[in-house]
Amino acid sequence: MIMHSILAHSAIISPVLRILAAWMLVLSFALLAQRRLLSLIRLLAWQGVTLAVGTALVGQLTGDPVLWVSAVLTLSIKGILMPYVLHYLLRRLQVRGDVEMTLNVPSTQLLGILLVVFAFSIAAPLDGYLPAATHGMLGIALAAFLLSFLMMITRRKAISQIVGFLAMDNALFFAATSATLGMPLIVELGIALDTLIGLVVIGVFFFQIRDTFDSLDLHYLEHIREDK
Amino acid sequence: MTSLIGWRDQCFQILFVVAAAPLLAGWLQTVRALLQNRRSAGILQPYRDLFRLFHKETLIPEQSSWLFQFSPYVMFGAKIMAVAIVPIIANGLPLASAADVIALVGLLAVARIFQVLAAMDTGTAFGSYGAHREMLISALAEPALLAALFTASLLARSTSLVQIVHLSQIQLFSIHPSMVFAAIAFGFVLLVENARIPVDNPATHLELTMIHEAMVLEYSGRHLALLEWAAQLKLFLYMTIGFALFLPWGIAAKPSLTSLVIAAGLVLVKLFFAVVVLALIETLLAKKRLFRVPEFAITGFLFGVIGLLSHFMLGS
Repeated sequence: MIMHSILAHSAIISPVLRILAAWMLVLSFALLAQRRLLSLIRLLAWQGVTLAVGTALVGQLTGDPVLWVSAVLTLSIKGILMPYVLHYLLRRLQVRGDVEMTLNVPSTQLLGILLVVFAFSIAAPLDGYLPAATHGMLGIALAAFLLSFLMMITRRKAISQIVGFLAMDNALFFAATSATLGMPLIVELGIALDTLIGLVVIGVFFFQIRDTFDSLDLHYLEHIREDK
Repeated sequence: MTSLIGWRDQCFQILFVVAAAPLLAGWLQTVRALLQNRRSAGILQPYRDLFRLFHKETLIPEQSSWLFQFSPYVMFGAKIMAVAIVPIIANGLPLASAADVIALVGLLAVARIFQVLAAMDTGTAFGSYGAHREMLISALAEPALLAALFTASLLARSTSLVQIVHLSQIQLFSIHPSMVFAAIAFGFVLLVENARIPVDNPATHLELTMIHEAMVLEYSGRHLALLEWAAQLKLFLYMTIGFALFLPWGIAAKPSLTSLVIAAGLVLVKLFFAVVVLALIETLLAKKRLFRVPEFAITGFLFGVIGLLSHFMLGS
C-alpha cells in the first residue's frame, strides 16, 4: 500500500520535476537575453525559487526531511536574500541604464542553442546512472551552467557578471540535486555560506571599482598595468 | 456512404470557419476596446466592413501587373485549403489526408509569397519595405513554427495532423515538457505571423513600424475585402492549429451531426477565451521597435528548439 502511494507520487512528481527542469532552462535563456539589471535580478530570484521548489519535490519523492531543510534554505538564501542584497547594491551604487553586451541578443541566443545541444550530447551517456525520477536533468543542469558562463562572458558590467556567477551556482546546485537526489546538509550549508561571503566580498569590490573608475564597466580593469 | 458523410463534415467545417472568422476579429476588437476603456464598434463590425468593401469600387494601380489582381484570390484560396486540412471541428476529414503539417506550413508560405510579390509589384516604397520586413520576420518565425509542429510530430511519430490530434486526444501530450515549450513557441509565432501588437499593429498606418498594413496599402474594394478576410482566417487558423496541437479536447471523431455541432460550439468557447488572452497580451505589451522584432521571433525559435531538444533529453 505504501509502495503503491510512492509510485503514485512519483507518477505525478516526475513530470512536474521535468517541467521545472525545463523552466530552469528557460530562465537561463531569459537571463542571457535580458538587458535590464533589475529584471536580471528578478530572473535570478525566480531561478532560486524554482530550485527550492525542485528540491522540495525531490524531498517529497525520497521522503528525506533533510531536503526540506535544504529547500527552505535555498528559498531564503537564493530566492530572497541574494536578490535583495543585489538590489541593495544596485541602489547604493546607483547603476543606471541597460547592460552593455559584447554580442547582440540573437547571436547570443543562437550560441546558447549550440551550447544546449553540446551539453545534452555530453550528458546523454550519463543518463543511465541517474535516478529514474530525475532522468535527463543532468543535461539541463549542464546546459544552464554553460549558459550562465556564456552570460558572464558576454556582459561588461560587474553586476551582471555577478548575476551570471550566481546563476552558475544555481545550475551546479541543480545538477547536484538531480544527480544525487540531495547532497548532505553540511555540504549544502558550506556552499551556501561560501556564496554569501563571496557576495559580500564582491560587494566591497564593487565600491572599490566604482571609486577608482567611476564606472562598473570591467573593461577599465584592462588598463591597469604595472609598467605604467 | 461514409465518404459522403465525410464530405458533408468537410463542407460544414470550411463554411463554419469562413463564416466565423470575421466574428473572431470582431470579438478581439471588442475585448481590446473594453480593456482600453474605449467604446467598441460592436462584435459584428468586421462583417459590416467586409460588406462595405465588397460594394466599393476596386481600383488597380496603373503600372501593376496581373500578379496584383491575382494574389488576393491566391491568399484567400490558400487559407481555405489550409482550413480544409486542419482538424478544427472534426478529425479525419477526407481532405486531411492530402497534406501533413509540412504541407500546411507550405500552404501558408505560398500565401505569404504572393502577398509579398504583390506588395512589391506596384513599385511603391511602402509596399516594398513592407514586403522586406515581412520576409525578415517570417524567415525567423517559420522555423519556429516548424520546430513546434515537429515536436508534436515526434511525440505522435507522424507528421499527419490527423494522427497527432488522434494520439494527443488519448495520451494528453500537454503536460509533456517538450509540448509546453512547443506551445510557448507556437504562441510567439501566432503573435508574429498575425501582426499582433508586440510585432506589428494592424490598427495603425504608422510608416515607421507597419508591416502588414504597408503591404496591403494599394488595395481597395473587393481585393482589400478578400485580403482582410484572409487575415481574419489566418488568425482563426493559427488559433485552431494551436487547439489541435495543445488542447485537442472536443474535436469530433465520430461522424454525426450532433457531435459536429457540439464540436463547433466547443471551438467557439475555446476561441472566446483565447481571444481574451490575446487581447490581454496586446493591451499589456508595448509595440516593439522594428529592430527588436527579430529578437522576439528568435525567442520563439529558441523555445521551439528547446522543445525539440528536451523531447530527446527528457524522453517521452
